[in-house]
Amino acid sequence: MNAAPLRTETLLYLNGVTVSFDGFKALNELSLIVEDGELRTIIGPNGAGKTTMMDVVTGKTRPDAGEVFFRGKADLSRLDEAAIANLGIGRKFQRPTVFENLTVFENLELSLTDSRGTLRTLFARSTPDRRDRIAATLARIGLTEQSGQPAGSLSHGQKQWLEIGMLLIHDRTLLLLDEPVAGLTDRETEKTAELILDLARDRTIVVVEHDMAFVRSLGAKVTVLHEGSVLAEGSIDHVQNDPRVIEVYLGR
Amino acid sequence: MPVSPPGPRKSAWSARFWAGFVACGIVLVLVVPILNLWVPPNSVVAVPDYLVPLLGKYLCYGLLALSLDLIWGYAGILSLGHGAFFALGGYCMGMYLMRQIGTRGVYGNPLLPDFMVFLNWKELPWFWWGFDHFAWAAAMVMLVPGLLALVFGWLAFRSRVTGVYLSIITQAMTYALLLAFFRNDMGFGGNNGMTDYKDILGWDVHQPSTRLGLYVASVVALGLGYLLCRFIISSKLGRVLLALRDAESRVRFLGYSVTNAKLFVFTVSAVLAGIAGALYVPQVGIINPSEFSPGNSIEIAIWVSVGGRGTLSGAIVGAVLVNLAKTWLTGVAPETWLFFLGALFVLTTLVFPRGIVGLLRQARWTRARATAGVPAGEQA
Repeated sequence: MNAAPLRTETLLYLNGVTVSFDGFKALNELSLIVEDGELRTIIGPNGAGKTTMMDVVTGKTRPDAGEVFFRGKADLSRLDEAAIANLGIGRKFQRPTVFENLTVFENLELSLTDSRGTLRTLFARSTPDRRDRIAATLARIGLTEQSGQPAGSLSHGQKQWLEIGMLLIHDRTLLLLDEPVAGLTDRETEKTAELILDLARDRTIVVVEHDMAFVRSLGAKVTVLHEGSVLAEGSIDHVQNDPRVIEVYLGR
Repeated sequence: MPVSPPGPRKSAWSARFWAGFVACGIVLVLVVPILNLWVPPNSVVAVPDYLVPLLGKYLCYGLLALSLDLIWGYAGILSLGHGAFFALGGYCMGMYLMRQIGTRGVYGNPLLPDFMVFLNWKELPWFWWGFDHFAWAAAMVMLVPGLLALVFGWLAFRSRVTGVYLSIITQAMTYALLLAFFRNDMGFGGNNGMTDYKDILGWDVHQPSTRLGLYVASVVALGLGYLLCRFIISSKLGRVLLALRDAESRVRFLGYSVTNAKLFVFTVSAVLAGIAGALYVPQVGIINPSEFSPGNSIEIAIWVSVGGRGTLSGAIVGAVLVNLAKTWLTGVAPETWLFFLGALFVLTTLVFPRGIVGLLRQARWTRARATAGVPAGEQA
């Protein structure tokens, strides 16, 4: 691996991060750097630490050791989920989690970048400007017609898009997408890849995925995780020809 | 395709809503006093004097149920200790009423309530200070339950205690208070509590006119409490609450403070429960530690689920109906009441989980869909 860039020049900086659960090391001195504006895919077998890595970055799990920095300054290992979200880091979960009892419109409304304080939300008003932004996002994720429906009535694929839309409308700098095409049909997968490539033009995205065809279609730099640390990094062709990667993926 | 998507929901403050609200208010404020004061007592529709405080009591229970529905129905916080906030509000009012007795007590002590004289106390404990003033007592009615909820809620929500665990510690809270208030040393009358009130703001609490006044005050408090709850749930905060009820961690990742949102409604809810308790005490004439009993708090949850959780109006309907049934049944066959209550709860859970109001809303909605030519059941 080449010389690590300075912490201050990176968007996301993980150095020597270790997380253990009852002795099992989910992350083992993981070091990972994501540059501003990058689209990165992360692959790895089950238990490689992909989801734990996202948990650490979003504040759900505290690392036992190591450094996690956003934009070189904000120490993510000391902040809680809400504070990290407000720094501009958004996360999409493995299973689509939208607010089923709220309408599609309301799901997006809650994700808008404004008034997060409890008292301010009590007196928040819906303005034409906010409605326009919601309308624009609805159009972008193709759910304009479903606007007034409860999110619980959407199909699996539509929920995935709604969740991406919720991250989109918040103007996050960094999006973490955990298996965005799990359980989708081929057509839906194709549409999701288009959506991600479209989004990647003006923000940094980290995608965790199993589906190799999908990873290939994104055409981005790939990081392979194995047993909690980085096994290989590079283009999809580079990592697929790496003998260690072949052994981990095919050798059992 | 619509150019701009429709707003969040139908406006919570439509003309139709106000018409219904004002109509209910007029019926409650005017009809009972008219039937009580101007209809001859032997008439069928007359409201006899003894019924007025009973109806007032039901309305206090309605306000209490409303306060629980705000947190349970909308934020998913099932407090099984809400009776504690009600009782604390009641005790604050009881202390004021005790101080109003003055020299008319059995022992004729101008400063100390009878139970303190009986226990040989020489002076008024410090925490009784100010309770001879109504304004102080009224402030405490809201502050004491509010502060307890703030501290308790902060500890619980910050540590992310949710679901059944939260329900259990709220039960523990009300039980601990029950035991504490049983002790004579606490200075709140111990086992016997406080009773034998004489007057409130200079009016004799036994006079029918005072009781009508308290009844009307209960209607007003219930109405204002309802508007406050409706304002909260129809705000963006209300949607944050609904969202965190369904997917709490997702709300955190969106950047909202789940702790603060829960703490806010929990405290508002406790204050409403305290006000309900304060209006309840002068109408029933006594406050004692049994109000803290865990069973009472569980009963509140039953009222709310019978009426319809997450509907606000359902909580009030449930509280009034269940208590009407209780009054009637404990008169006719007292030993069957608990069986009835248990059966009611099981029946509600199994047969109509949305409660009475939920059932009515669903029926209305299905009919509206049928007339619009959309097959029913297409959407859950």
